[in-house]
Amino acid sequence: MEHSTPIEQTVPNKGASTNKHAALQEPRFVRYTLTFIALAFLLFFIVLPLVSIFITAFQKGAQVYFDSITHPDALSAIKLTLTVVAIAVPLNAIFGVMAAWVLTKFNFRGKNLLLTIVDLPFAVSPVIAGLVFVLLFGAQGLFGEWLFANDIKIIFALPGIVLATIFVTLPFVARELIPLMQAQGTTEEEASISLGASGFKTFWHVTLPNIKWGLFYGLILCNARAIGEFGAVSVVSGHIRGMTNTMPLHIEILYNEYQFAAAFAVASLMSVLAIITLVIKDIVDWKSKSV
Amino acid sequence: MSIQIQNVSKRFGTFQALQDISIDIQSGELIALLGPSGSGKTSLLRVIAGLETSDVGEIFFDGQSITNHHPKERNVGFVFQHYALFRHMTVFENVAYGLRVRPRKTRPSKAEIEAKVMELLRLVKLENFADRYPTQLSGGQRQRVALARALAVEPKVLLLDEPFGALDAKVRKELRRWLRKLHDDFHITSIFVTHDQEEALDVADRIVVMNNGKIEQIGSPDEVYTHPNSPFVYDFLGNVNLFKGRLHNGKLTHGEFAIDVPDSHAHTQDDAVGYVRPHDTQIEKTAVTGTVPVTVSHIHLLGPIVQIELRREDMDEFLEAELSKEHFHVLQLNVGDHVFVRPKQLKVFIPEDFSI
Repeated sequence: MEHSTPIEQTVPNKGASTNKHAALQEPRFVRYTLTFIALAFLLFFIVLPLVSIFITAFQKGAQVYFDSITHPDALSAIKLTLTVVAIAVPLNAIFGVMAAWVLTKFNFRGKNLLLTIVDLPFAVSPVIAGLVFVLLFGAQGLFGEWLFANDIKIIFALPGIVLATIFVTLPFVARELIPLMQAQGTTEEEASISLGASGFKTFWHVTLPNIKWGLFYGLILCNARAIGEFGAVSVVSGHIRGMTNTMPLHIEILYNEYQFAAAFAVASLMSVLAIITLVIKDIVDWKSKSV
Repeated sequence: MSIQIQNVSKRFGTFQALQDISIDIQSGELIALLGPSGSGKTSLLRVIAGLETSDVGEIFFDGQSITNHHPKERNVGFVFQHYALFRHMTVFENVAYGLRVRPRKTRPSKAEIEAKVMELLRLVKLENFADRYPTQLSGGQRQRVALARALAVEPKVLLLDEPFGALDAKVRKELRRWLRKLHDDFHITSIFVTHDQEEALDVADRIVVMNNGKIEQIGSPDEVYTHPNSPFVYDFLGNVNLFKGRLHNGKLTHGEFAIDVPDSHAHTQDDAVGYVRPHDTQIEKTAVTGTVPVTVSHIHLLGPIVQIELRREDMDEFLEAELSKEHFHVLQLNVGDHVFVRPKQLKVFIPEDFSI
């Protein structure tokens, strides 16, 4: 009897712990079915198309692949895209930080209106965004005559493409930072000011370190969109080969001319950029959590 | 540094946070702003620090108006309720911050900063925690870092917003003793906000009792505790028994109960309420004039002071009495006993005087 008592005590304990475990876990077949459906979905809609890009790109051999991505028009498109990104992303970073700062650290009239306007590019179709700039700066547009008289080209030139890209990517950084800065509040800034720091030093030493990972994350998303933007850029670019064609526009032209291998070759290049971006995003995610 | 606050008012939208506040604070004083939440005490502290601007009124440091000075020019040390430590900096960097952000001309050298920071960390007994991050510290330790950080810039005024609010009772008591000692050693004019009357009574030289954005009373802990000038202060600073009745010919009467009220104004036939603290509520075995018949309904025998709950026999109300254990044993009280209560030190307020 005396020997059996401890055993009796341990058994219900074990039972309790497995019960607790079971409460959080679905039956095995449910888990496997759900996992299978999710994986199949991903495979069919994402992995398969991505792989097919690379297969089609190399369909006519490596020579065609390298020829098509080193073709002068392709190189010009790559260069233009990178130029646009190099201008639009930093401007977006500055605007995004300013907008998030203003919206979270101050109270003022019209705050909600500003918040809505920041979100507007998400709601407006990129084609409309492009058209707006044509209406403003095109030959028949509001400032068209003045621009023509002063020999400034915006539409069908680099400035127009940059403007359209900025418009479309505007919310990324601000949207990423606003909830973060709201959660952090303003007391650390107040502490800094009360310790005698100037506004700039407070921003540099206190605010920026606290938002750096959020900012970086927003910039990566912004960067991905800036590289891939098609609609708005298509309207303002004018599709001049070797001049105003970005990578997505170049791909479309090649595709329309039935040069599938070439089109997919450039597309594969963009996919690689996208994958690199995602990897960086994951590293940032992991870093920002570990800090 | 002395502080004069003159006729300060502040409004947030439709909410009147501060209403015509005037306080004179002597150099080296330790002042408690005491009041319930929403009474405006934190707003007042933030106005003094310059973190909020007042709508009306002026603030003087040593006779000089600093009303329009930027907070960074006020040389005020502010300790925030939830510490507001810089989360990405170590304890050392937090304390050094105020010195490091100074313009080059007035900035101490690296070695001087290090010496100063380590001295402060020794003062708050955290010299072994210099390389930790705020998230690796307990609440009490964070509070001490916040204090060291505020002291590093050698402020003329130290402002503390609910400094011990988020700490558990034991740490709290320890830290407030420590703050008192710190203040006695450094003699920085200090103002701290609290909603805990015990904390205010324990630490402060003078207490400013606030309610609804207005000052109810200013005085030493003894003054505000024993001579409250309003029912609010009476109620807020400790437990209180109420004796409702009519004021008539210098007596407060209710039914058969009548008691002399020597300091009553000339009002006659006015409804009035007498306030008396539980430890001024005396229990008598026999009826004398000015006593109320009661039944003992509960006895708390804990520690050196015995709390006794009494039920009035002439009306459906409860009174509370506190007496020493010795006195309790002399009286030999038991639950259910019929005894009599005599209020010593009755303070009478006429409702019209304080009704809003």
